[in-house]
Amino acid sequence: MSLTATVKGERLGLAATGAWTAERATELEKIVDDMAARYGAARSIDIDLSGLERLDTFGAWLIERLSRTFVARGSTARIVNLSDKDRGLIEEVRRVNRASDQSKADFQPNAIVSGLDQIGRGMAEIGRSLVLLAHLLGALTVVVLRTIAHPSRLRLTSTVHHLEKVGLNAVPIIVLSTLLIGAILAQQGIFRFREFGADAYVVDMVTVLVLREIGVLIVCVMVAGRSGSAYTAELGSMKMREETDALRTMGLDPVEVLVLPRIIAIVIAVPLLTFIGVIAALYGAGLVCWLYGEMSPTVYLERLRGAIWPPSFAVGMIKAPFMALVIGLVACVEGFAVDGSAASLGMKTTASVVKSIFLVIVLDGFFAMFFATIGM
Amino acid sequence: MAGNQPIISVRDVIVGFNGTSVLNRVDLDVFRGEILGFVGGSGAGKSVLMRTIIGLIPRQAGSIEVFGTDLSAVDEEQRRKIEQRWGVLFQHGALFSSLTALQNIQFPMREYLHLSPRLMDEIALAKLEMVGLKADVRKKYPSELSGGMIKRVALARALALDPEIVFLDEPTSGLDPIGAAEFDELIHTLQQTLGLSVFMVTHDLDSLHAICSRIAVLSEGRVITAGPIEAMLASEHPWLKSYFRGKRGRLVRH
Repeated sequence: MSLTATVKGERLGLAATGAWTAERATELEKIVDDMAARYGAARSIDIDLSGLERLDTFGAWLIERLSRTFVARGSTARIVNLSDKDRGLIEEVRRVNRASDQSKADFQPNAIVSGLDQIGRGMAEIGRSLVLLAHLLGALTVVVLRTIAHPSRLRLTSTVHHLEKVGLNAVPIIVLSTLLIGAILAQQGIFRFREFGADAYVVDMVTVLVLREIGVLIVCVMVAGRSGSAYTAELGSMKMREETDALRTMGLDPVEVLVLPRIIAIVIAVPLLTFIGVIAALYGAGLVCWLYGEMSPTVYLERLRGAIWPPSFAVGMIKAPFMALVIGLVACVEGFAVDGSAASLGMKTTASVVKSIFLVIVLDGFFAMFFATIGM
Repeated sequence: MAGNQPIISVRDVIVGFNGTSVLNRVDLDVFRGEILGFVGGSGAGKSVLMRTIIGLIPRQAGSIEVFGTDLSAVDEEQRRKIEQRWGVLFQHGALFSSLTALQNIQFPMREYLHLSPRLMDEIALAKLEMVGLKADVRKKYPSELSGGMIKRVALARALALDPEIVFLDEPTSGLDPIGAAEFDELIHTLQQTLGLSVFMVTHDLDSLHAICSRIAVLSEGRVITAGPIEAMLASEHPWLKSYFRGKRGRLVRH
């Protein structure tokens, strides 16, 4: 494969030989660009294709590009000795890449501008997702009111199914992780408090932490990771396959059919899981106090009874359903925001988990201020 | 137009799933430069044979030669070489949803050829135009394209490396009759200009009439007959009669 040049005054003859195909495209491109640069002065160019063995789109395009380069300089370029076999292809590539020549130069902003652009888009995105959240909360409220008016519209089977997946199936992992958290807190507490000879107050610290904050937060993180992501992926793939559109055309409201059972399930499951988690954490703390802190179970229970202030317990349990609602809503909003691509399903599932955990923590902050104000 | 040297040759191929055989000793030849229409009832195993030839489904027995090479006898490297010489258009396009139309077309080039970005852009745009799409489609993602456009982009991707054979799985299904006729025309033109051999699984009687140089019929796990459309219309085989000369068949006879 080569291109040989013969110069006669202002006339340039180029003879292409060999196979001009995809595998050689890189070398060919170099040859073609070389020729165009070297014989810039030529006024009339004949490209002779009689020596070609094989030609495909890649080769044909490079020949066409060569001739266009010369034409753009005001020279004339002809293709001669074209075989019948290759004629169609050469004519085809002659047609293409015409209109796009000027539009191809895409606008390339500099780093600062594109950074600002990113920030702006990010903020708009946050605003939009809050609006969507409010939108779904409103739609959900309407559906809840309608369901209260006509209780038979509630999809009980679906609700129970989700309750099993979100609640019952999560029990082992929740018990295990909260047990460990309780044990770790107690161990750390004993280790530090011993320096002050205040071992016994470990129970008070663990109780307050677990009942008010850690229990519900750990459960929410686990549920967001386990079930929030599942909600997003389920709804997202249903959206991708137009299943939600199918529901709508049958006169069914996706919020009623898909969202309500999931939200009910998560709002019931999270307080129950929180309760179980709190018990497991206190149990884990008791084990460590006994085995590591030489505090007998009887003494631990005695101190626990003194340490548990009922409003502390109430604080954790009151927060749970609200946090569950946030996780469920975020998961459903992200699910419905999935568009056609597989990548967006992955992105939205990630966003669902990240956003719901973040919002749970923000909500926890508001609750902390609120309960402090009302003295709980 | 059809030469006498088979570019794909399938002999005695048996393919089955879970104990039932879908293809039972199938013989089929595809010749260089022809458009072979491959027909058969729904579920007869047309796509299965296509997928077996391109190596997506393992076969229990028989031999398949493409470009005169038995694909089960070659190593990984040679197999990749051969895979570069064919392109496949899947029924639903199978475009990568996270890439734009242009990136989809460039994907095989990026994998197999080491081209300059400029040449890759130019070639991909050329392919996009060759399949009848405007250049502004290039930045769109598959979810933003219509069904017909997806098929065209998928065809451009199948043609990205200038293959010698293209496999088309129901290229006109899901297109309106005008779109389907245009797509037929497109395949025909490209087949002429690029000198392709085409293996086309189809249900579309119009495509069979309009562009197929030969038709092979799969029934009950075997290729019962292969030949030009006239032979199919003349055949007295009951299945062929109802397929080509049934109520829907009559409509398209010219």
